[in-house]
Amino acid sequence: MSAQVFDVVQQQLAPVTGECSLSHGTLVIAFPPPALLDIVRRLKNEFKFDLLLDVTAVDWPEQAPRFEVVYHFYSTTHRVRVRLKTRVLATDPTVDSLVPLFGSANFMERECHDMYGIDFRGNPDLRPILLYEGFVGHPLRKDYPKQQEQPLVPFRT
Amino acid sequence: MLTTLPNPVRPAFEQTEHDGEVIVNIGPSHPATHGTIQVIAALDGEKINRVDVHCGYLHRGFEKECESHTWHNLIPYVDRLNYCSGLINNFAYCDAVEALMGVEITPRCRYLRTLLSEYSRLADHLTCIAASLMELGAMTAFLYLVMIRDYVYEHLAALTGARVTYTYGRIGGLARDLPDGWLKRLDEILTEYEKFIGRIHGLMDRNRIFIDRTRNIGVISSADAVNWGFTGPILRSTGLPCDLRKDAPYLAYAELDFDVPVGINGDNYDRYYVRMREMDESVYMIRQLIEMLPDGPINVDDRRCTLPEKHLVYTEIESLINHFKLIMEGPAAPAGEVYAAHEAPNGELGFYLVSTSGGTPYKLHVRSPSFVHMGGLHRLLEGYQLADMIPTFGSVNMIGGECDR
Repeated sequence: MSAQVFDVVQQQLAPVTGECSLSHGTLVIAFPPPALLDIVRRLKNEFKFDLLLDVTAVDWPEQAPRFEVVYHFYSTTHRVRVRLKTRVLATDPTVDSLVPLFGSANFMERECHDMYGIDFRGNPDLRPILLYEGFVGHPLRKDYPKQQEQPLVPFRT
Repeated sequence: MLTTLPNPVRPAFEQTEHDGEVIVNIGPSHPATHGTIQVIAALDGEKINRVDVHCGYLHRGFEKECESHTWHNLIPYVDRLNYCSGLINNFAYCDAVEALMGVEITPRCRYLRTLLSEYSRLADHLTCIAASLMELGAMTAFLYLVMIRDYVYEHLAALTGARVTYTYGRIGGLARDLPDGWLKRLDEILTEYEKFIGRIHGLMDRNRIFIDRTRNIGVISSADAVNWGFTGPILRSTGLPCDLRKDAPYLAYAELDFDVPVGINGDNYDRYYVRMREMDESVYMIRQLIEMLPDGPINVDDRRCTLPEKHLVYTEIESLINHFKLIMEGPAAPAGEVYAAHEAPNGELGFYLVSTSGGTPYKLHVRSPSFVHMGGLHRLLEGYQLADMIPTFGSVNMIGGECDR
């Protein structure tokens, strides 16, 4: 069942995506950022991947496009998952927002923006969600020291 | 001297849309919301027009902290995600690491994990229903349910040594096997559960006050629920039988006979009833698992993750070094990435792990159902009365530890 869906998705998306691979039962599709909206729209409309599970990023400070933005989708029809990965540069960490396609994208993109500083073009609401207003930096980036403190209230002495 | 502190949140709206409207702030610490969540609401009289939900008050840098500990050392941390069902977090996390390492757990461990997952689901649903009924004034129902939950907690304490934060899962197995008489007591508790859950049905199901407060309140359709990322009982209450235990069976679920209860309306009453029915299914599954539970070891015999036996550590050098390496460097996972998800009581709990080989994760991300649910909470609140916020929020079962990480 899942193998069939994955085959169709791979064949259909082959012209726009780069490599596809199967990892622990999940189809992994990697592609350059401009293709994101098109691929997600087709995944949603043609292949019924209707549940956006997760948006996150991985920071690779030594690699050329530094950030890898990772999406997980689930199909309530086919009951399989797809992982999308796209690489963005540290100087311009921008990808298109999925808010027009999935309501749930809003909170998850806000979290990813908080933690990695990824800019989601078209998301109207990138206010801090887990962090607070005025927080400087992005704590899950590898160059943010774990011990760094930014207290809102001065410490009592 | 009073100093003005900067506001940690920027509300989405500060202006009223018309004269009759008033903007109120509820939380983050409010007696009627069990959980540290802030809701900024624009009210027209008693009716909620718009809401802006803020979470993050319990953010403690879980994912950052995970990047500097070994795979084993993270197990106590994942207990504290959804602290109503710590065992399911344990097993979901261990499952993800085992998938990454290519470890296959022993049959006894597989059945025990399934049994304990269902037992945890029972405790979690008991807590959720008890709390949301109490907030509507049903003190008797609350005490009945919490009494059963306390039997479960005491019983799990006899197994794991802790009431809430169990740290019972291990990569490749479990901390220890069942103590003598544990299954007998389990059966007694299930019988007691059945006696009291009958009383809850009698007290609540056709209770006029309860129905008036929950029927057609906080309604969401299947399509909307999927669009806003709802999973678990909330999604099933809309009528969509979407359950990972059935759809992508993990552990021993493929061998069990159980139903996936669904609702009709997707309102607060359906969410209450779906949880009630799921508890019955859990009990049914536990009874099957007691019969199926095989004998044998609970830990895999794999030196990459399982600690050697203590008497060997003291007597032979290979085991001593093995023990030392596992503790100091952590279990060696190969480079790669994995996403593993379990059906937690609130919905899909996923762990996304990235490893560059070695004993610590390069990155660990939790797909927590509560956080995603908070992103869609406004859909359940807008258009209803301010007082409806209490049963609606109770039925969503937001857990701060999991939401804010």
